[in-house]
Amino acid sequence: MKHLIAIGTYLIMIKEVFKKPTKKNIMRSLIFKEIDELIFGSLGIVLFISFFIGGVVAIQTALNLENPLIPKSLIGFATRQSVILEFAPTFTSIVLAGKVGSFITSSIGTMRVTEQIDALEVMGVNPLNYLIYPKIIALLMYPFIISISMYMGILGGFSAINIANLSTSTDFIEGIRTDFNAFHITYAFIKTMVFAFILATIPSFHGFYMKGGALDVGKASTTGFVWTTIVIIIANYILTQLILG
Amino acid sequence: MIKVENISKSFEDNHVLKGISAQFEKGKTNLIIGQSGSGKTVFMKCLLGLHEIDSGHIYFDGNDYQVLDADGKMAIRRALGMVFQGAALFDSMNVLENVSFPLKMFTDQSTSEMMDRAHEVLKRVNLKEEAFDRFPNEISGGMQKRVAIARAIVMNPNYLFCDEPNSGLDPKSAMIIDNLIQEITQEYNITTVINTHDMNSVMEIGDKIVFLKDGYKEWEGSNKEIFKTDNQAVTSFVYSSDLFKKVREVYLKS
Repeated sequence: MKHLIAIGTYLIMIKEVFKKPTKKNIMRSLIFKEIDELIFGSLGIVLFISFFIGGVVAIQTALNLENPLIPKSLIGFATRQSVILEFAPTFTSIVLAGKVGSFITSSIGTMRVTEQIDALEVMGVNPLNYLIYPKIIALLMYPFIISISMYMGILGGFSAINIANLSTSTDFIEGIRTDFNAFHITYAFIKTMVFAFILATIPSFHGFYMKGGALDVGKASTTGFVWTTIVIIIANYILTQLILG
Repeated sequence: MIKVENISKSFEDNHVLKGISAQFEKGKTNLIIGQSGSGKTVFMKCLLGLHEIDSGHIYFDGNDYQVLDADGKMAIRRALGMVFQGAALFDSMNVLENVSFPLKMFTDQSTSEMMDRAHEVLKRVNLKEEAFDRFPNEISGGMQKRVAIARAIVMNPNYLFCDEPNSGLDPKSAMIIDNLIQEITQEYNITTVINTHDMNSVMEIGDKIVFLKDGYKEWEGSNKEIFKTDNQAVTSFVYSSDLFKKVREVYLKS
């Protein structure tokens, strides 16, 4: 029952986010601020994680290829497929559920605790539109991060293979180019857009409707992260079944 | 003037407000007092429209808030100013941006006009100019309250609400804030409603006092009348300290 009420409240929140819009010039500056914090502020961690995850995928694939009949180009192929289909869109989103999600929950939760949200309401501002809408719009740029994550993952694989001398650059590049299906990129971006919406709204929900004091802001951040991750994983399964199944 | 008629508010089985009626006068500082848990905060949040009341009516200068359409309610909202207990200043904005925020949101004034108005109200609350570009966490609690008052009056409200405006302040700062609110109330001729625990405020600026107990209105009167009342609930709350008992004795003798 508690979860059903939470789902209902979340859906009402989404509807309210698009009502009573904030003035255009103010909203524009809020969106730019969110792009700076949520998108550009996440680039460093995404570059770092993607590079090393790509490297680990390539090394593990190479170490499991014991049969001499299997071409070494499979390492590049497996790295590309793993990174594009799963690691870049899904793994990065789970990492960002921790980084971006907890930032969103704690910043909105702190505003709730310190009555800043009440202050917005008393002034006649729609706090849901003012606080959450710019985050949704900013995260429309999320595919930009995922594209860079894909590039860095494959580059990480390429570097790891060369450093450990597990295959040749030519074989790896040949693997990357083998049976390339452009629709897989489309699939990854569709997932990315859904994950972006989840990343913007679920942590906001947990921050906006939190009750209590400073300690509860921490609890709300943790709960927000857990639920964002769960929903991303379920959405990933459903989307994969619908699009590729 | 704000007139409240028989309002009730419950949260599930918890009946917080039980048929309260009161009238808050224009140009006067109206105080809501009572023990913790008496329903003061919920009462104020109902007046502000942050909680929907279960029954009763709230009239803002004769307009019944409950029957107004969305535009009418918004017009009332725009005529409200609120000073929150913790000031509730926006952390991401400096003092000047906090005060000019309502102007940016709801007026078409140019940036220079907005800045002029923000400077004007900040000077009115006696804030020094060097604090204008500081962030809320860089100024003292008393200064934060002044900024909150400036933000509340920047749109020339008809109604000013203050939730424990001098809590957490030293006695001198508390008195300065009380006097400032009273001066602004008279100068702008607005209806001010203050939620307070502070007995100094009651004595100093209580033009009209509403005493709540267990969700009921137990007593109402002025700061002069509160000295003379023999209502047991009021006297045991207001004159709980020896100091105030003596103050009352001296007042009644004189």
